[in-house]
Amino acid sequence: MTDTALSGHAFEAHDHEHHHHDADHKPGFFARWFMSTNHKDIGTLYLIFAIFAGIIGGAISGVMRAELAHPGIQYLTVLAEYLPGDKNFDHALHLWNVLITAHGLIMVFFMVMPAMIGGFGNWFVPIMIGAPDMAFPRMNNISFWLLIPSFTLLLLSPFFGGAGTGWTVYAPLSTYGEPGPSVDMAILSLHLAGASSILGAINFITTIFNMRAPGMTLHKMPLFVWSVLVTAFLLLLSLPVLAAAITMLLTDRNFGTTFFDPAGGGDPILYQHLFWFFGHPEVYIMILPGFGIVSQILSTFSKKPIFGYLGMAYAMVAIGVVGFVVWAHHMFTTGLSVNTKMYFTAATMVIAVPTGIKIFSWIATMWGGSLSFKTPMVWAIGFIFMFTVGGVTGVVLANGGIDDYMQDSYYVVAHFHYVLSLGAVFSLFAGFTYWFPKMSGRMLSELLGQIHFWIFFAGVNMLFFPMHFLGLQNMQRRVPDYADNLEYWNHFATIGYMIMAGSMIVFFVNVIYSLFAGKKAGDNPWGEGATTLEWTLSSPPPYHQFETLPVIDGGDHH
Amino acid sequence: MSGAKNHAYHILPPDIAPIMGALAGGVLAAGGIMWMHSAAYGGAVFFLGVALVLATMFLWWGKVLTEAKAGDHTPVVQLHLRYGMVLFIASEVMFFVGWFWAFFDYSLFPRPLLYDAATHTVSLVTDAGAAAASTWPPKGMEVIDAFRFPLLNTLILLLSGTTITWSHHALIHNQRGGALKGLWGLIGVGENDGVKKGLWLTIILGLIFSSIQAYEYSEAPFPFKGINYTSAFFMATGFHGFHVMIGTIFLIVNLMRVYRGDFTPRQHFGFEAAAWYWHFVDVVWIFLFATVYVWGGWGAPVHAG
Repeated sequence: MTDTALSGHAFEAHDHEHHHHDADHKPGFFARWFMSTNHKDIGTLYLIFAIFAGIIGGAISGVMRAELAHPGIQYLTVLAEYLPGDKNFDHALHLWNVLITAHGLIMVFFMVMPAMIGGFGNWFVPIMIGAPDMAFPRMNNISFWLLIPSFTLLLLSPFFGGAGTGWTVYAPLSTYGEPGPSVDMAILSLHLAGASSILGAINFITTIFNMRAPGMTLHKMPLFVWSVLVTAFLLLLSLPVLAAAITMLLTDRNFGTTFFDPAGGGDPILYQHLFWFFGHPEVYIMILPGFGIVSQILSTFSKKPIFGYLGMAYAMVAIGVVGFVVWAHHMFTTGLSVNTKMYFTAATMVIAVPTGIKIFSWIATMWGGSLSFKTPMVWAIGFIFMFTVGGVTGVVLANGGIDDYMQDSYYVVAHFHYVLSLGAVFSLFAGFTYWFPKMSGRMLSELLGQIHFWIFFAGVNMLFFPMHFLGLQNMQRRVPDYADNLEYWNHFATIGYMIMAGSMIVFFVNVIYSLFAGKKAGDNPWGEGATTLEWTLSSPPPYHQFETLPVIDGGDHH
Repeated sequence: MSGAKNHAYHILPPDIAPIMGALAGGVLAAGGIMWMHSAAYGGAVFFLGVALVLATMFLWWGKVLTEAKAGDHTPVVQLHLRYGMVLFIASEVMFFVGWFWAFFDYSLFPRPLLYDAATHTVSLVTDAGAAAASTWPPKGMEVIDAFRFPLLNTLILLLSGTTITWSHHALIHNQRGGALKGLWGLIGVGENDGVKKGLWLTIILGLIFSSIQAYEYSEAPFPFKGINYTSAFFMATGFHGFHVMIGTIFLIVNLMRVYRGDFTPRQHFGFEAAAWYWHFVDVVWIFLFATVYVWGGWGAPVHAG
């Protein structure tokens, strides 16, 4: 953790002034929320959007778990009745593909990314580096609003047949497999979301490089800022390749090119390369900000600086760099040569080294610390535990030979839900409960928070752990039906989903109750362990913070 | 909103342009989908989207110019703009990486294709002759002669790189004004005005490049559809051409700003951003020329004409 003791004089001047100057003058409702150029308001909009998208994406997985609770087709035919299109059985099965596609795209592009980078990144990156706002406040806002037409296109696509391509939009299913407008809607939805993220990435990199307060050197930046910096570079360099790939899909579908059509010399495997050149960095885009959040929280609630600060920062840089040269481990069964598979197996395993550095440094941070197990802390520790499980199955799946057996099985589904649903999502809850007092000015209920955590923890583990067994018994992902012998664990997983969903009611009750009647939060409700700059401001912070820039202590913290 | 402000950063008032731009993007995307699927009014919605996007750009960047004049672009804010432009160009480079990736996939691992130029049909060789038929460009394709118009276009773009640099140096050293004489005088360019002369020449060279490219497309010995060679060729060079047009418009805007007297030897980032963008477009072309036209057409029969 960085030592960010403020120059008392500079900060005092600001603190006395903001009440009667227009630092706290807020524009009217429409101007404030629809024309915003304020990083905190835009961050709030992102968080609301992500919660909304998360509810939709989570409800979709509820339909999926209900369908999978028993063998046979139960609910898809009912769904087909209520959606436009054929009412026959084939269309009902197609709707399964639509559900898994929507669930994946929504959770990746409209829940995790907006919450992590748009929400927490916008809120806390400028504050943590001692800046009054983002470098491009107006561009910041179009990054958010582009998500609205993007999400609208995706949500409307089921009413035009539905895109059933999976979130990877593989050719040839996405080129001549589904000729209706739905896949075009999904593709252009991704174009808009991609533009949003590229603009956001430019904004974050510029802000972090140019707007650090006097004395805030790169090696003093809080690890959350480091994580967003690395994430922004991944977004900047990987998303344009996806844009090219899905533009090729678009021209193949509508204008007669043959990028992915073998009849014209095209190559469906080319699409997979282009997609995963984006897609693999994308999974780090989803998890790296979570690493940053967890680092802040562990340090705060251990009352210790993070162990091995520089190693932690450069481990994220290493993960980002190596993350660009491992993409084909998603394609082990598409006919790569043995030598290629050997390279991608080895390169993938290399990533376990910087990731291991992070896990062990987190544990070392807690070691000998003065721990307090407040809600954010239990989420952070839960993150380490669950992410490690997902990481270990990741090392298993890194092996090209093993993937001949595991590819597209529920073992893979279990793996990426452990790193995302129990990794990224745990870090989101950790960040939300950690920063809620700062953002809203009120404390969450500690009791409800703990109840939510423990029920959620039990629920998601019941939901996802049996998927390892199912995968090893060869249950295939993206199929709505399965053999009778797989029913026990599938039914068990569905019960796990219901327990998880029940815990979310506790969460929303907690949030709504606390927003209106929670205990007022002081500037720093977490005590001496919370050393980053946001805890030096009021809760919530003034509309424009740091009108006089803070000066960071020159002392070296190592 | 800058009452107690004690720093050099640019804190902006609320602005309608971002949400307008986002909705414009949505209309553009929806119109494109409708048009591609021949829905009623598809084309109209698409062009409405284009118009809204252009209107947003006009409104937004107009405000940026006003703010620059008002002195909001302090040295640190100018540094932001520099970072922003460099990062944007970096993302554009990665966009072209995607198209080059497709080209190298097809050219380094050629498929056994037979192209019939007379009927514009493609067939796959599946029997014993497959290995011999696997060439790049595909058997039967006539390619554009790299050393005629493409080489000329290479020279034009390289030359335009020097004229934009001339203009930039003239701007830095304040070589402007002078008597209005001859043809230059007719368009308001003074005798000593290297800024306007260099910019005018760069824009004209850019327009010539685009015209030659358009002519080359119309005379191309192969159609747009149906085969990997033309897919990669037209989409890679087409997106480059689109970027040349964007760069040319960027330069034209800057020329208008030169006439308005917006730039000083110390503050002229809009000019520099356009110059950087122009050099980026130039570099992409060098790669296209070397790989797609010269190396990628090597050994194939050259289209006469």
